[in-house]
Amino acid sequence: MTRLLNLLLNGVTLGAVYAAFALCLVLIFRATRIINFAQGAQAMFTTYLAYQLVSNGQPYVVALVVALVSGFLLGAFVERVIVRPVESGPEINAVIVTLGLFVAIEALAAILFGNQFQSFPAPFGVDGLRVGGVDLALTGNDRYRIVAVLVAAGLLLALFRFTNLGLRLRAAAFGQEVARLLGVRVGRMLTLGWALAGLFGSLAGLLIAGGSLFSPSYMQGVVVFGFTAAVLGGLDSFGGAVVGGLVLGLTQSLVAGYVASSLVTMAALAILILVLLLRPGGLFSSSVARRV
Amino acid sequence: MLEIRNLVTAYGAVLALDDVSMDVPAGRITAVLGANGAGKTTLLRTVSGLVRPKAGTVQLEGKDITNAQVEDMVHRGMAHVPEGRGVIAELTIEENLRLGSLWRKDAKQEEIEEVYRTFPALESRRRLSAHTLSGGERQMLVVGRALLAKPKVLLLDEPSLGLAPRIVAQIFAIVRDLVDRTGLAVLLVEQNAKSALSIADTGVVLNLGKVVATDDARALAADEGLRHAFLGF
Repeated sequence: MTRLLNLLLNGVTLGAVYAAFALCLVLIFRATRIINFAQGAQAMFTTYLAYQLVSNGQPYVVALVVALVSGFLLGAFVERVIVRPVESGPEINAVIVTLGLFVAIEALAAILFGNQFQSFPAPFGVDGLRVGGVDLALTGNDRYRIVAVLVAAGLLLALFRFTNLGLRLRAAAFGQEVARLLGVRVGRMLTLGWALAGLFGSLAGLLIAGGSLFSPSYMQGVVVFGFTAAVLGGLDSFGGAVVGGLVLGLTQSLVAGYVASSLVTMAALAILILVLLLRPGGLFSSSVARRV
Repeated sequence: MLEIRNLVTAYGAVLALDDVSMDVPAGRITAVLGANGAGKTTLLRTVSGLVRPKAGTVQLEGKDITNAQVEDMVHRGMAHVPEGRGVIAELTIEENLRLGSLWRKDAKQEEIEEVYRTFPALESRRRLSAHTLSGGERQMLVVGRALLAKPKVLLLDEPSLGLAPRIVAQIFAIVRDLVDRTGLAVLLVEQNAKSALSIADTGVVLNLGKVVATDDARALAADEGLRHAFLGF
């Protein structure tokens, strides 16, 4: 029983991070129909920036703020300078550009910071939680991860749902031409969307690195699982991304705990195939058939 | 209000508009008629800046807006309801309406309630996604949204497309009433020439990108030769 509980808790912690990462892919995809494969590399780079500060004795909060702000700025830069020029062409062009960017950023990080693994100190304790005589494998760091993702996702949803800026962002994503005719600066909204995704990605990257090892390629696995989570959720639904992330995290934890950790990737793939067979649009796809 | 002079718009080597001129005065409905491919939609898209003309000018209240940004048009007093309704189906009905007044700092909730009074079918479903609406309700939604932008000129692209005659009559009556009460200038593009001429003050007939006739709406409707040749009724 305790084992199951611990595996579930572990799954939620993992899932929270996948969900955060899936959210940034969804943010960009629904506005521009592009999968940003450089998202993980951008997050990795800002994690390195945060690590430089932490290892120089700065408090974690300062490193966190710097990572988030630089993630925001990097996201805006990528959209405005690198993706915008190819955006008017076929979508595949922009996707290939983000793939190239992913390779370039990883290489740049390896040149600047070295290719070896480094240890990112855990911002909160790594002791488990003891509740009523049961030892739970939910460390302070895990709790921080879950709360941080919940708070960030809540703020993001509130921004989109309840503010005029959020309405502009959604209008620009779902009805570009109409939005422009109604005075929405669609270009600016797209840049802002990429910036928010960059911020969210940086948070995910930092949460994953905290208390474990990281290297220029440490986000690659997360990109794969985050992408899978986003596809499970339907690629354009925030709620779907969160559910997809949790499903994947739980699967990964349970399969690793009860079956074999080498089957984790295969289990994720099996779920993906199953969901896409039953619901080709993903679990929560909000898009409706468009007349062409 | 709106002055269009010698407008030329081309898609590649094909001229979609060839030296088109017309006036769209305040308090009047100007209907642009013609068959498919006559250049009607291109005219509206060029006026609102979605398509850039090769030559010619567009003036709004005496100011040149030929090369103004699309995003600025609403600030200058122009609202464009594009072809195919332009409802954003992923947003709720109320959110679609709010988009209309978003650019104005002084927008009030009361104005949205006013739209609901004009189109009661929308009110009960204000929190529902706009893709639940029927074709006629979608047209009401986009007209309501355009009015919330408080335009001086309204560009309407084929509002009757795919709608039942009764709904078309209802929407046209609301537009007519608004024009008479507020002095709004309307540039209406229609394939359904008969209904359009029944509410318009002036008719302009386009054929292959050229203006072939401009006249009082009643005179156009009475001109049998023109009707047979270009208007199909």
